Amino acid sequence: MSNALEVLVSALLLAGAAFALVGSWGMVKLSDFFKRLHGPTKASTLGVGGVLLASMLWQAMQGAPSLRELLITLFIFMTAPVSAHLMAKAALALDPKARPPIPPPRTPAE
Amino acid sequence: MIQTCISLAIGAFAVAMALNLYCLLRGPGVTDRILALDTMYVNTIALLVLVGLRESSTIYFEAAVIIAMLGFVGTVVLSKFVIRRDIIE
Repeated sequence: MSNALEVLVSALLLAGAAFALVGSWGMVKLSDFFKRLHGPTKASTLGVGGVLLASMLWQAMQGAPSLRELLITLFIFMTAPVSAHLMAKAALALDPKARPPIPPPRTPAE
Repeated sequence: MIQTCISLAIGAFAVAMALNLYCLLRGPGVTDRILALDTMYVNTIALLVLVGLRESSTIYFEAAVIIAMLGFVGTVVLSKFVIRRDIIE
């Protein structure tokens, strides 16, 4: 039982680290700001979430469960979309040409 | 096994933060730099949690909570400043 939990914690740690690495690599690799916004804001949230989940499991295994990780996880999951949205708005405010054109009006359905 | 995995994860997060630092220094626009800083603080939280696991000390978790709250405020303030050139209206 304890062995299986240990394997689970290790897998979560490695998965989280891989996600964070992929997110940061995507930020280096991609060309445009709006493409770059994709990588870190999604992959890093998953990466940190995996690490925090592993930490919670590990502390519960040690017999000292703590709620701080839950607090951090909740906070990151709530704030990451908000900050991504604000950064996209900032990029649009700096470069109005990046905003896609308004689609043509729909012809009245016949 | 746990210790090996924690060390591997710390290495991966360190590489990720080095990539973020590269983006922060390179980033052609202001928003790229804000994005790099935002990713960097998220990675810092994970790194602090991992170090806390390795040292089995709880003081790192407190620091992680504080960084989680202040980092979000920093990103919002920087983005607001770029949008409006003004923070307190």
